[in-house]
Amino acid sequence: MTKISKVTTARSQGRFDHLAYVLRENPITMLAFVMFGLIILSAIFGPALVPYDPLETNAVKVLQPPSWDHWFGTDNVGRDVFSRVITATRLDLSISVAAVALSFVVGSVLGSIAGYWGGWLDSVLNRFFDTIMAFPLFVLAMGIVAALGNTIENIIYATAIINVPFYARLVRAEVNIRRDAGFVRAAKLVGNSNIRVLALHIFPNALPPMMVQVSLNLGWAILNAAGLSFIGLGVRPPTPEWGIMVAEGANFIVSGEWWMAVFPGLWLMIAVFTFNLLGDGLRDIVDPRKRT
Amino acid sequence: MLSVKDLAVSFKTRLGDVNAVRGISFDLAKGEILGIVGESGSGKSVTSYALMRILDAGGSITAGHATYSGLDLRRAAERDMRDIRGREISMIFQNPRAALNPIRKVGYQIEDVLRQHARATRYDAQTKAIEALKAVRINEPEARYNAYPFELSGGMCQRIVCAIALACDPRLLIADEPTTGLDITSQKAVMDLVRDLIRQRNMSSILITHDLALAAQYCNRIVVMKGGLIVEQGDPVQIFTRPEHSYTRKLVDATPRKGESIRSLLPPENRQAAPNHVIHDTVLLDVRNLVKTYQGKSGPVQAVKNISFQVRKGQSVGLVGESGCGKSTTSEILVRLMDATSGEILFDGQDIAQIPSQGFAKNRLRSEIQMVFQDATDSLNPRYTSRHTIAEPLKQLDKLRGQELAARVEELASLVGLPFSLLDRFPHQLSGGQKARVSIARAVALEPRFLILDEPTAALDVSIQAVVLNLLVDLRAKLGISYLFVSHDLHVVRLLCDHVIVMKDGQIVEQGPVSTVMNTPKADYTKSLLAAAPQPPTRRQSV
Repeated sequence: MTKISKVTTARSQGRFDHLAYVLRENPITMLAFVMFGLIILSAIFGPALVPYDPLETNAVKVLQPPSWDHWFGTDNVGRDVFSRVITATRLDLSISVAAVALSFVVGSVLGSIAGYWGGWLDSVLNRFFDTIMAFPLFVLAMGIVAALGNTIENIIYATAIINVPFYARLVRAEVNIRRDAGFVRAAKLVGNSNIRVLALHIFPNALPPMMVQVSLNLGWAILNAAGLSFIGLGVRPPTPEWGIMVAEGANFIVSGEWWMAVFPGLWLMIAVFTFNLLGDGLRDIVDPRKRT
Repeated sequence: MLSVKDLAVSFKTRLGDVNAVRGISFDLAKGEILGIVGESGSGKSVTSYALMRILDAGGSITAGHATYSGLDLRRAAERDMRDIRGREISMIFQNPRAALNPIRKVGYQIEDVLRQHARATRYDAQTKAIEALKAVRINEPEARYNAYPFELSGGMCQRIVCAIALACDPRLLIADEPTTGLDITSQKAVMDLVRDLIRQRNMSSILITHDLALAAQYCNRIVVMKGGLIVEQGDPVQIFTRPEHSYTRKLVDATPRKGESIRSLLPPENRQAAPNHVIHDTVLLDVRNLVKTYQGKSGPVQAVKNISFQVRKGQSVGLVGESGCGKSTTSEILVRLMDATSGEILFDGQDIAQIPSQGFAKNRLRSEIQMVFQDATDSLNPRYTSRHTIAEPLKQLDKLRGQELAARVEELASLVGLPFSLLDRFPHQLSGGQKARVSIARAVALEPRFLILDEPTAALDVSIQAVVLNLLVDLRAKLGISYLFVSHDLHVVRLLCDHVIVMKDGQIVEQGPVSTVMNTPKADYTKSLLAAAPQPPTRRQSV
């Protein structure tokens, strides 16, 4: 009754048009996408472009403050902090993207099953997720890495496992409210099996809130990976990695060599910040209802 | 008492200002019931919100005056308005369940209003609340005082809302679609109650509705709105018998009434002769002793109690009943989304009740039995374009691909009168009528022999309903489909169906040819259903 019908233009919009529209409408999303682009670029091309070899030590230039030659200064064995920070992007990003992708897939499958079929399966899965969430998650991740062994893959698995319940719960709720929706019943009538209905009709409708979760989670996963490295699990020195670099730099902050810890920390913060900003934009992009 | 002059309301939106109400004037005398009638988007609700000054953010009165017994409602301070709302002017909203606080006992909710306006103290609030419940003719008011909204039926909830609205003896009652979503017998009960209370207390009232017949029955005067303007006002008989404005005439035509044919719902220039559909003697669907039992919290609940009926090839059967009578359960079982507890469903001689609903998607009979769902918005996937939606059954069951598929989708779109330019839109970019067309196109895509229509027009404006019903009549003649038309509206069933089944509490109380059941009903329940439907003044038979 009270809705004012919006003037809709009768043109079909491609994915690209819609992307451009979302970016134009929201400058913060625009900023987030630009920063995300830069992070991706430095992950891909960074290692090839950095001025110094991130592993090369130089006993002459130890603990130098930021200068024109060394933008972020040098560390206690004379390595260029800037080169190391940029090089580390690839590793940190891969760990978090891989972990998030893994938990997204596993969480989506388990959550969809629990939400769609319900019953004992739902109860069992839910109690399982409750169990995971009952642990302090970082401690659980530490335990998993310690038990499985100190490798990058295991960091990814650990990060993925502690994130699965969040995805699964979200998907479960979204699937559950649509289980008996009219369009789902209509989809069954035209010959879709349960699995097809779930995969092609219900699950895609859960994507918008999932995207927000994904982007927040990417930031969180980076922090988690860096955190594990910080306490000495996972990535091992001398590999450039933000968490290790902050850990190593922390020893020198007291003595005034702040740049060793601050710059990797800053980069970590920028990355997390970018992912957090990205969420709303991603949601708008995957939601066709935003196209008018 | 209330005088509105050149009132204009506009909303600021992303796409610029939208003028929802564009200068309307009307007066309301003491003791009068004024009906504001119009279709969605006509600005009728906005008018009432403007009077109460409860417009959404971004909305404002841009011109005109509204004077309520000497007080300028447009300029009154917010504090004065708060005093007026509830005590002088009160309002009944569309959805009674949404208007009540779900976690508070209804008695307390009445007390809240009484105490807010200092009509009761802590000590006598309960007595007064029970009195208010008595006034709206609720049985056992003492027991209902302690009920939560979810324990009450829709009609009961609306009575509670009435009780809240009337608790402080307001002098003006604004009812915004008070009976939408209620069954036809509770609609009558609520409307009769409201009318009686208004007369008893010598109040005035504004009834906002999309249903011209309802307004005609209960109002002294009717204002017809369209696009934010009043196109016509007059007394109900005059509006029905001598509508002056073309839009009023269109609305009057589209209101289903006794003695009309399906084509006369349309404007005269669109009335072609209704095509005849052929009813064969062969029985297409034979339902025998169908039973459905649910496992409820307090023991088994029988939703469908041993019903039997037949649908012949090409025949349209109406299934009528109020909410909870088992008609939806029956249609879900017939369309094989749900399994029956016992009974046979012979489709073309084969017992399809034996085929479990879980595996029915792969059965060759899947394409023969289809359904159009009640709410077109809910039944379209928000992520699928119209083209995608219509193409899905063709891809899944007819295995059409590429060029052939595209051609068939366009053929179906033209069959249901959907412009091709709308095929690439998402559901939220379509109007209600267009969405109904998409869902009908999807249902007939596979050329089913049996189509269940579950109140396909319930959410539509009357003029759109008229078009959709006529579309269904045309499709039936072209494709030779048998319909099972599920509805609570006997008028609509009469227009479309050959045979009617009346259900109550999971049982069939009466069935027979439409003319017999409608003109000489035998069961008391059928009689009360027929009596409850608003009867607009009939006009001279024209055309």
